[in-house]
Amino acid sequence: MTDGMALLGPALGLSAILFSIGVAGVLLRRNVIVLFVCIELMLNAVNLSFVALAQLHGASGQVMVFFVMTVAAAEAAVGLAIILAIFRHHQSVDLQNINLLRG
Amino acid sequence: MLEAVFYVFAAVAVVTASMCILSRSAMSAVLWLTATMLSLAALYVLLSAEFIAAIQVLVYAGAVMVLFLFVVMLLNLGQATTDMRGPAALATTIVIAGLLAIQLFALWSYTPARLASEVAQAPQLSDPATLFAAGQIARDEAVSRGVVGAVAVPLFQVYLVPFEITSVLLLAAIVGAVVLAKRRL
Repeated sequence: MTDGMALLGPALGLSAILFSIGVAGVLLRRNVIVLFVCIELMLNAVNLSFVALAQLHGASGQVMVFFVMTVAAAEAAVGLAIILAIFRHHQSVDLQNINLLRG
Repeated sequence: MLEAVFYVFAAVAVVTASMCILSRSAMSAVLWLTATMLSLAALYVLLSAEFIAAIQVLVYAGAVMVLFLFVVMLLNLGQATTDMRGPAALATTIVIAGLLAIQLFALWSYTPARLASEVAQAPQLSDPATLFAAGQIARDEAVSRGVVGAVAVPLFQVYLVPFEITSVLLLAAIVGAVVLAKRRL
């Protein structure tokens, strides 16, 4: 069971790569749904580093992953409802057409 | 052996995540992300978090992704057109994401031994003996109580109040989602 300890560094590195991919997606795409998918990807990257470090600090890290998953599920439900409402109003999920706050 | 399996699933995760942000339609982006989440579940097993791996498959790859797919199909977006931003945004993205990756990538050289030496140099963080004892105690607990018990004991003893607050959060999210998505109450 302690074998996984050797994977601490690689797991943190992978988490860094996945988080950066998520950031790139948020900056690069205009589709609101893809933006949401990228946010989920970043949350997953953080979860991976929690799990990797939980090997050293006991199961508290895994409990944090539990909470992050709960918050992510709630966020996805509310966010997708907002996307539905926006789509009904603008007939589009492209951020170029959703610039009401810009005036 | 363990490391070889780890690198296989890590490669799958990176490739599917890249496909997720590069794929043209929202539908395939969601499906690629599901593949990323499944390979992350495999990595959680390698990192001796079996219960979290099961939850990852059930809640993330199952429930949350089905929710995404439902919304994508409900919107009926039609033929996918590219929605990439222009070359200026591409350059900004490469700079920002690259800098972030370089900064975070230093974590690759992190080992338990280095963590121990850093903690020893800053004793106010925690006593290294107790720090690593906590992990050992958790592993012993996983052996004696099973993988679910090892997570359940801190969840229901140390983090009981946050756990209860989470249920309030979920209730608020349900009500909020219904109010937002419903045409007319």
